[in-house]
Amino acid sequence: MAPVLELRQISKDYPGHRALDAVSLEIPRGAFFTLVGPSGCGKTTTLRLIAGFEQPTSGEILLNGVPINHLRPYQRAVSTVFQNYALFPHLTVRGNVEFGLRQRRATDAAARLRRALELVQLAGKESRYPAELSGGERQRVALARSLVIEPEVLLLDEPLSALDPNLRKQMRAELKNLQRRVGITFLLVTHDREEALSLSDRIAVMHQGRIQQIGAPEELYLRPKTRFVADFLGAVNWIQGAGVRPEATRISRRPPDGGLRSLPATVLESLFLGSCVHVRARLPGGDVVTAEVSRYDGDFRPGEAVHICWLPADELRFDGA
Amino acid sequence: MNRLRLGFLAPAALIIAALILAPMALVACYSFLSRGAYGGVEWIGTLENYARLFDPLYLKILARSAVLAAAAASLCLLLGFPLAWFIARAGPRKHLCLSLVILPFWTSFLVRLYAWMFLLRDTGLINTLLLAAGWIREPLPLLYNDGAVLLGLVYGYLPFTVLPLYATLERLDPSLLEAAADLGAPPLAAFRRVVLPLAAPGMRAGALLVFIPCLGTYLTSDLLGGSKTFLAGNLIQNQFTTARDWPFGSAASLVLMGLTLLVVFVWLRRQGENLL
Repeated sequence: MAPVLELRQISKDYPGHRALDAVSLEIPRGAFFTLVGPSGCGKTTTLRLIAGFEQPTSGEILLNGVPINHLRPYQRAVSTVFQNYALFPHLTVRGNVEFGLRQRRATDAAARLRRALELVQLAGKESRYPAELSGGERQRVALARSLVIEPEVLLLDEPLSALDPNLRKQMRAELKNLQRRVGITFLLVTHDREEALSLSDRIAVMHQGRIQQIGAPEELYLRPKTRFVADFLGAVNWIQGAGVRPEATRISRRPPDGGLRSLPATVLESLFLGSCVHVRARLPGGDVVTAEVSRYDGDFRPGEAVHICWLPADELRFDGA
Repeated sequence: MNRLRLGFLAPAALIIAALILAPMALVACYSFLSRGAYGGVEWIGTLENYARLFDPLYLKILARSAVLAAAAASLCLLLGFPLAWFIARAGPRKHLCLSLVILPFWTSFLVRLYAWMFLLRDTGLINTLLLAAGWIREPLPLLYNDGAVLLGLVYGYLPFTVLPLYATLERLDPSLLEAAADLGAPPLAAFRRVVLPLAAPGMRAGALLVFIPCLGTYLTSDLLGGSKTFLAGNLIQNQFTTARDWPFGSAASLVLMGLTLLVVFVWLRRQGENLL
């Protein structure tokens, strides 16, 4: 199936620096697609280019196969959920959600408004003003306001970052659920790797204005193509040029059986984290590795001589990186 | 604590009492007395001063003043809005721009009005240049008419609209405009549905800050309007100087003040604002 949104060789220059460097992307229809990367990697710029708030220096943006570079933001069939939500403070929940419908003079506005409010569980709060809502409720208004106009792609700019940590986890689940129910393509921008891994069908990892790798969450996590992707998506122990995730790193008092690679090590400390234990150990070369083990695997004390072992299949290897 | 608070309030309260309330009480008192032959008052109580105000001649003057003040306020809004918008978006230069807006206040209003007279009169700069260029045969009547007064009022009070408008527009989150565009609103619709409602408090304040002083103006109308533009302020001034009718002047100023308060009150009530 043809992608709903396509970026072809998009570059964006600002005076003195290049924010995006030949970024190409294809976003499948109905997908939950995430752009993830550290701050300044160009992910938000990408979103703003798609929304039309800024113009690319070169390259082409296609929506349903049609170039939209020349279209103004109000002519593009995409909608943005802003990081600060950008709700209209002088309008009620109803007024905010109706905003786009009234602009389009939708005939079934009342029904669509009701459906959208029910979708985000805001029915009954139509006459509240944004100032009278909690952070989570504001976010739902922002979602409903964009979803009600049925965009081809919903652009979400760090939508969870303004929420407190507990609420963030809850809204994360709701967001995924919502996307499944409405079937609209979501393009999420975030710097939070957990958010990216747990929500997305596909992820593009960005770094310094370039796309490092695109793929399904498992693929990126288990088979990263660059050191940057490996490091960004999770902790890595670098052992003799290969990367091993802490949860793939095992620890044992006896030398391991065949099939495992191993190195002798000395335990530095054990950190009890509730669901698991992080054991930090020093390798002969001086490198320190962390093994994430179950607390049923035994109690490792500082100074203890152990063996760090791992499966060759769990090694992350990069060519020349 | 309360005593301390009173201590801090006392100086301002004293100044208001001595310099505003006391003279106003005097004016109120005079308005019910009879005129003296050479100014001053005779201690004979009367309501005649108020009754005279209903003379169509005076009502007409009041109406003219109100229309001119409203026109000045509207023009100031119309001219001040784009300027305030520009300054609010001027980035690091906005403080310089704001200084330029209030720069005229460094010179006396009287001097600036005389400057306008030099520009506008028959032998003034504008007419001289136009004549010299051969575009006109005889001087244009730029001075001593309502237009000149309106020009003077707008010129003098424009900063009073720009400043409150700037304050509201500067607080307007630019992402709201992006959101409006994002939801399908072209610039004009975004302006009407987002900017105008959010700027309304500043526009109301700005209009009021121009309307009130313009309603009582006498200097601008005196210098730029000449004898043709006789406004409420000129009427009052005239009673205390040439006409030597202090009681009637007092009654007129009290009524003008009452009407102004009424306008302010109705204006703010209608808009549901609690500025007072």
